[in-house]
Formats: sequence, C-alpha cells, structure tokens
Amino acid sequence: MTERFLGKDLLGLEPLTADQIRFILDTAEPFKEVSERTIKKVPTLRGKTIVNLFFEASTRTRISFEFAEKRLSADTVNVAAAGSSVEKGETLVDTARNLEAMRIDMVVMRHPSSGAAQFLADRIRSNVVNAGDGTHEHPTQGLLDLLTLRDKFGRIEGLKVCICGDILHSRVARSNIWGLLKLGAEVAVCGPASLLPLGIEALGVTVFRRIEDAVQWADALNVLRLQLERMHAGFLPSLREYNRVFGVTVERLEKAPRDLVVLHPGPMNRGVEIDSRVADGPHSVILDQVTNGVAVRMAVLYLLAGGRPEMAEAAKGRAGEASE
Amino acid sequence: MKPVVIRGGRVIDPSQGHDAVADLLMADGRIAGLGQGLGVPDGAEIVDARGKVVAPGLIDLHVHLREPGREDVETVATGARAAAAGGFTAVCPMPNTDPVTDNQAAVGFIVKQAQAAGAARVYPIAAISLGQKGQQLAEFGELVGAGAVAVSDDGHPVVSSHLMRMALAYARTFDIPVADHCEDPTLKANGVMHEGLVSTRLGLRGIPAAAEEIMVARNLLLAELTGGHIHLCHMSTRGSVELIRRAKEKGVRVTAEVTPHHLTLTDEACEGYNTNAKMNPPLREAADVAALRAGVKDGTIDVIATDHAPHHYDAKEREFDDAPFGIIGLETALGLGITELVRGGVLTLAELIDRMSTAPARAFHLPGGSLKRGGPGDVVIFDPEARWRVDPDRFYSKSRNTPFAGRELAGRVVRTFVAGLTVFRGEVT
Repeated sequence: MTERFLGKDLLGLEPLTADQIRFILDTAEPFKEVSERTIKKVPTLRGKTIVNLFFEASTRTRISFEFAEKRLSADTVNVAAAGSSVEKGETLVDTARNLEAMRIDMVVMRHPSSGAAQFLADRIRSNVVNAGDGTHEHPTQGLLDLLTLRDKFGRIEGLKVCICGDILHSRVARSNIWGLLKLGAEVAVCGPASLLPLGIEALGVTVFRRIEDAVQWADALNVLRLQLERMHAGFLPSLREYNRVFGVTVERLEKAPRDLVVLHPGPMNRGVEIDSRVADGPHSVILDQVTNGVAVRMAVLYLLAGGRPEMAEAAKGRAGEASE
Repeated sequence: MKPVVIRGGRVIDPSQGHDAVADLLMADGRIAGLGQGLGVPDGAEIVDARGKVVAPGLIDLHVHLREPGREDVETVATGARAAAAGGFTAVCPMPNTDPVTDNQAAVGFIVKQAQAAGAARVYPIAAISLGQKGQQLAEFGELVGAGAVAVSDDGHPVVSSHLMRMALAYARTFDIPVADHCEDPTLKANGVMHEGLVSTRLGLRGIPAAAEEIMVARNLLLAELTGGHIHLCHMSTRGSVELIRRAKEKGVRVTAEVTPHHLTLTDEACEGYNTNAKMNPPLREAADVAALRAGVKDGTIDVIATDHAPHHYDAKEREFDDAPFGIIGLETALGLGITELVRGGVLTLAELIDRMSTAPARAFHLPGGSLKRGGPGDVVIFDPEARWRVDPDRFYSKSRNTPFAGRELAGRVVRTFVAGLTVFRGEVT
C-alpha cells in the first residue's frame, strides 16, 4: 500500500491538518465528473470489501456512501442495527471482532454514541470511516459542506460562515467548526443559548444570540436540522416559536447586506429552521451539497485505501472504461 | 496470640502528634506501648521497620464491595484483602448491593462475611431508605444494632429534601452520620462526564458542577436545621469546597471526603473516550483539583476516601455512553497520596495519614486511626520510598478498572496488621 495521506481512519476533522483537508477536497474534484458520466463506475476499489454499519437510521448518508462505494467498484454489505446480532445484545467490540475475522477492508459506521468510531478503529485493522458518531463528529458532512462553499466562493479562507440551530447536539456543527477554522474561515454559531454548548467560544467561534445579527455578519449560513424531540426534553418551548425567532426566512435574508448562501445538511424541517422559499430559492445550495457528498466520500474511500491525491485523475480511468 | 514489636520505624500518629523513630508494641490485639527501646515480651515477634513508616491502619469510608449481588466483580472477602494490601485496616461498604443493605439481616451478613475473610475490618454503611428508593426511612436503630456505622443511599442520591431532613434528624438518636452522594438528578440527567470544554469537543453529554453544588448547599442547610451530622461523599468541585468551608465556619456538623482520583485527574483524562476515566461525580477541571487540594490541606475536606467501585472488564470495554461509572482505588490510594500529594508538596506525610486514617475514624466514630495505648492493633507499615508500577493483573481486587494502570508510584505497603495479626505481607523490597 502506498503512503497514507490520512492515516488508517477518518474519525473526525479535529485531528486532521489543513493540508489533509485540502487534499481530500482536491481529490474530490476529479471524482465529481464520474457521477456525470453515463456509466458511473470506475475500477479504483475493485476487490475491496466495505461494510456499511449503521446503528442509527440514515437515508441520505447511507445511500451517498453506497453510491460512492459502488461507483468505485467496491464490494459492499449493508448492516442495519435492527434485525442484526446487535439487536440481540451483541457488544460493539464483538461486532468489530467478527467483522475483522471476515477480512473486510473498510467499515463505514454510523453510531448513536460519541466516540464509537474511535472505539471501533482502535480495535480493528480495517479502515474506519466515521459516518456520524453521537454528537461528536460527522466528518464527511463537514467535508462536503467545505467543498460546496469552495465551489460557490472559490475559497474558504476569510469566509464568514454561521452555523445556526442546535449546536449542542450536532455532530455536523462540530465537524464544520473544525474544518472551517482549519482552512481559515471565520466561524460563528447562532441559536438559543439552551442549545449552545458550554465554552463554545473557547473553540474560536463567535456567538450570535439573534439570527438577525448573524444575517448581517455572514457570507453563508449552515442551517442545522432541529431535532423535534428537543422540545420534549425541555430545551425549547415550541417549534412555532423557534421558527419565529430563529427560522431562516426570505424576509430575514432580504435584510442581509450581501447575497447569502444557505446550506442545510438535511433532512429539512420545512417551516421550522428553514422556510420552503429559502430552501427552494436562489440562496440554497442544498442539492449541490448532496451531489458533492458522493464525490467527497469517493475521495475519502480512495485515500484511505492508499490512493495518492495526485493520482486521482488517473485512478478514475477514462469514461466508460470500467466494466463488470 | 503472639505479641509484636515493630522496631525502629518512623512512627507517625496524627492522633497524638507523634512523628519520630520509635518502637511499637502490640499485645492481645491492642496497642500496648509506643516509645524508645521498649522491652520485648516473651515470645514476641520482632519486626524490623527501619527506614519504613509505621502508622495507624488506613480507613476508607467509601467502598463498594458488591456482595451480595455482584460477586463476579468483588466480594466482601476479596475487597477486604485488596484493602489490606493497600494498607487499609477498615473499610465502609456502601449499601447499594443487590438486595440493598437496608435491614439488620443484610448488615449482619456483611459483618459475617468480613469475619470469615479475616482481612481488613468491614463496617457496613446501611441504606437511608428502604430499597434506596428515597421514600421510607430504613430502621436506623436496628441497622446500628447489627453493626452499621452510618447510613447512605449512595448510588441513588436522596432527591426528597424532606426525607433528607428526616434522616438527619432521626440519625441523631444513634449519633451516626448521614452520608449523601450529592447530585441533582434532573441536572445530571443522562450526562456522562463533566460539562465543559472537553465534553463539548468530545460530543459527550455533560454533568454541570451545579448538579453537585445544589445538593451540597441543600444538605448543609438541612444539617444546620436539624443539628444532624451530614457526611458529603466524594466532593468534586471548587464550589462545593467553598460551600463546606463557609458551613464549617458557621459550625454546621459536616464532614466531607474526596477521592484520590479527584485530587489527581481532570476531565482531560476522558480524551480518547477512556471509560476508566468515567466516574460519578465526574473528573472536573484543573481549578477544581486545585481547590480540592487546598480543601484537604486546610481541613475543609476531612477525609480521603476511594469510592472503590469494581466493574467487570467488559462492562468498561464499551462505548463511553454505555460504560458504568466508577473505578477501583483500594490498592493505589496510598501510593497516589504519597506520589501526588506528599511529593507534590500538598500534604505532609503526617497530614496524609491523618486524612486517610485518623480523620476518617473520627468522622464515623470508628475504633482505630490512632496508636494510643489500648486502641486496636490496626497498623500499617509502608516504605515511602519504594517505587512500583501499577499492574492491575496483580491486584487482590477481583476487578481491574483503574485509569492508573502503568503509572509508577512511590510508597508501598510492607505489612498490614488488624487486631495485632498480619493480614497482608508485601513482597520483600
């Protein structure tokens, strides 16, 4: 295996250097084109076995990874926690050992507990890609957000990005904060104080208490999904009030001094954190994010498998070359 | 029973301000003499303690021995042997056993198991409420009659302020302390570590310092109201230290304990999702550690207690969220105290022995903690210079869950006596 650019695993953006993050984004560029072909398949990971291990429901992320894997010609198996041995009480360490015994190459894991990806990575030789662990990190989401911003603005450095909503419970927020800061962006968060983690300022981010102030400041807003169960846990009075006070609406965006770009990691609660007219309007790059998600995940899988960034263009082969 | 003469050691007894080289004589299971050049009775065993420290046996007011209920992770016997190996001559197990130690038969069972083990003494702490359910008071009188020395619902904080008030008032009849694990369960909620910058970064749910301090403040107010003796378990925050300091100035009957790990580790130990750094109360911040150290130095915190909490190795081999709280501490406490607190310039050796022996005996009205003539022959001899590496595989405890594995410590137990009999003999050093 050639020199590794990322190490064995992708567990988060916090442990990565700015150069490593740029490598991944640069590597994603040539992979974007693969998805535009008639035959969307290259032989890059032929013979590699990847397990998608999802302990939490996910549609978008799981399908995005699966497309990325299939377009790279990897053999994939999907394991959902429901109906698996996990539901019969098997521990994560036993699951890990069993996967290892089957000689798989990579595991893509989504898990409700923070640190689960690292737990797995510490115990198996296979590469581990964190597809979201608890409220810790969701690194490929962070990367695809970075790629989308870079596409739109041509740069990350100096951009002012405000992450809006439930920062406390958001792995997307943490990965975005690390990725943006490392690449030289200015980062702010905006949300009710009941959903902001203690000491968030110490990470180097600005805190806005009011969305109106964030809109005045930012070049881009990354609007997080509001988990509906937060209300019942006493973090918020109601979704209606959340929309009134923190919702990203056309009326609010119109007051911005510049054209704002609006991101959302999905799935959206239309009419709660984001109004439909914003989601479907000219500010939105939400579907670009989804498209970039596949390319970024192809890049991550390729690099973890030992691929070199400068070889990505060659590795993906000519259009139509792959066949099975 | 052979008399024992311990010769030439540095005898430190905080109960009588003694710190000098001397001989110590034990006969009939009791301390029979302390001084220079004591005569040797016929047939006495002579123990050479030159270069070693001779002190009253250590007393741990807060351990979990898991019997009955979880004999797979600890029993009264293995816990009492681990205690003896750590220099402890008496330990007080908490009542969160299964079934709960909330009646005289259950207390009597633990006393019987301890007698059979023949290692450290075991003084049970009984439950405050039946089943530790926080509703109806347990029968303190019968519990004390069976051998309980205090009451606590440790593991299940007393939520009802009314119940705590009644417990403090009722316990006065029997002159026993009421020990509380101070925690507001609605603030602790499903938190797994200290709420701060590290929990924010790791994405782990936090337990704010206020969850402890609210209950510390409540308990101090209720102790003042009732005149009862509140014993505050495992204090972890600088705010708690301040609250206790003010209450003591006012004359409230309060004693407080702190664990060796809260005196030596911070929440940064949770980095990498290390489940052996998961405990309740959680490891806090450097400023808290500094305040706890100052508190144990000036006597605001009376006692160092381990909160020895055995767990099966695979229970800790889990996602951080799912791993149980707690670590074991009996066999590392003295070494940590000497290495971190004495060598770290926080306490003198005599002060360390006071916080681990004399003060705990006083707090719970236990025999021991002293080398005065006529007291129990509970003595530890340790080498304060001996260096050793913590190897959990060599523990006498059944469990291995410690964050200190591999740590080099100074201060090793050479011999432990209970009632004048050797209950632990260390390797020759």
